Amino acid sequence: MSMHEQIRNFIQDNLVVFDDEVEFSNEDNIFELGFVNSLFAMKLVTYIESEFNTTIESDEMDINNFNTIDNIVNFISSKTVYQ
Amino acid sequence: MEIKNGIKCVVWDLDNTLWDGVLSEGDEVTLKPQIKEILEELDHRGILLSVASKNNLDDAMNKLKEFGIDHYFLYPQIHWEPKSKSLDAIRQSINIGMDTLLFVDDRPFELDEVKSVHAAINCVHADHYQELLDHPSLIPPFITEDSVKRRLMYLEDMKRKQEEEAFSGTSEEFLKSLGMKFIISEAEEEDLKRAEELTVRTNQLNSTGRIYSYDELNHFRESSAHKLFVCELSDKYGSYGKIGIALAELTDTHWHIKLLIMSCRVISHGVGTVLLTHIMQQAKQANKRLLADFKNTERNKMMYVSYRFSNFKEIAKAEDGFVILENDLTTIQKFPPYIELLVQ
Repeated sequence: MSMHEQIRNFIQDNLVVFDDEVEFSNEDNIFELGFVNSLFAMKLVTYIESEFNTTIESDEMDINNFNTIDNIVNFISSKTVYQ
Repeated sequence: MEIKNGIKCVVWDLDNTLWDGVLSEGDEVTLKPQIKEILEELDHRGILLSVASKNNLDDAMNKLKEFGIDHYFLYPQIHWEPKSKSLDAIRQSINIGMDTLLFVDDRPFELDEVKSVHAAINCVHADHYQELLDHPSLIPPFITEDSVKRRLMYLEDMKRKQEEEAFSGTSEEFLKSLGMKFIISEAEEEDLKRAEELTVRTNQLNSTGRIYSYDELNHFRESSAHKLFVCELSDKYGSYGKIGIALAELTDTHWHIKLLIMSCRVISHGVGTVLLTHIMQQAKQANKRLLADFKNTERNKMMYVSYRFSNFKEIAKAEDGFVILENDLTTIQKFPPYIELLVQ
């Protein structure tokens, strides 16, 4: 499974979307598609940290790193390159 | 060994207690002599077993499986939190008295830490593990069919709870089925007792860890330079009462959130950011900048992530570990589709 698919599956399983039938691309802003509650936010951070064995620092907790599947994948890749 | 009679559950440490060696340091650990027999016999007697270990969960569970003993342990607590918390979690999950738990560990620090929080608990150093089977506190007067089945009954119960938890955390259908009403209002005098209680009790989701007294809160309530919001949640099961408060300081140019608290009880209802969203909308309507204080208390990471995912950015670090966050209010989330919002 590619990293894109992994992230997509996680979002589909955990994000409460506004429209049940919604389809979204890798570039769509997930913060506009669904309601990002505290639980989802925390789950996403914990998921990325444990699944990709990395730590997300405070200054990286920027919404622009997490608002699309592409941005999440890019963010994780940029983190793991330096490890 | 001083152990009270009527032990119902024995909680084991792993490293150098159940096995020789320290798993997380890469040791090739081996079960201590006779451990398997001891676990089997306790289980047969209807005495429940659990684990409180500071370890990586997956590694430790895999090792327990490899030894063929993982199935004995109910609600195993394997993480890096204090063991007093682990014991509390086990006690609550199994729903028995603290004085019926026996905790076995090789490190005096852990035994003391647990004892310092739970005075009633029974503690035994791991050196004595081979004497346990002969100790009267672990020899029940009768061994019935139920004793033998006891662990299985708890396992079923554990599975039910897990399914319920998995359901409540994710399914929007489940959230919609709750018929939630979220009520936001400015605090009245009768709300202050509860508000004060929230500042004292709810430390997991307190944005700054600040604690305010009744009188201080009453001052803010009456002050025209402040807004003190309270929110209440109800669903088809009834009301959860006041579950959150927020204190904002109002100036000519901005609103400044000094405190935001949400009760941990309602986080699984997916309403953790509703009050924040409301304040963002109000500040935008009033044409003000929105600032918020945050201080890491080790237990409020979820609050920080919520702020950041609501598009707050860190703009300054203040003294004592406080950071100041700012939101330009260009994008504000819609309210979740599964609640009815009432603003009073």
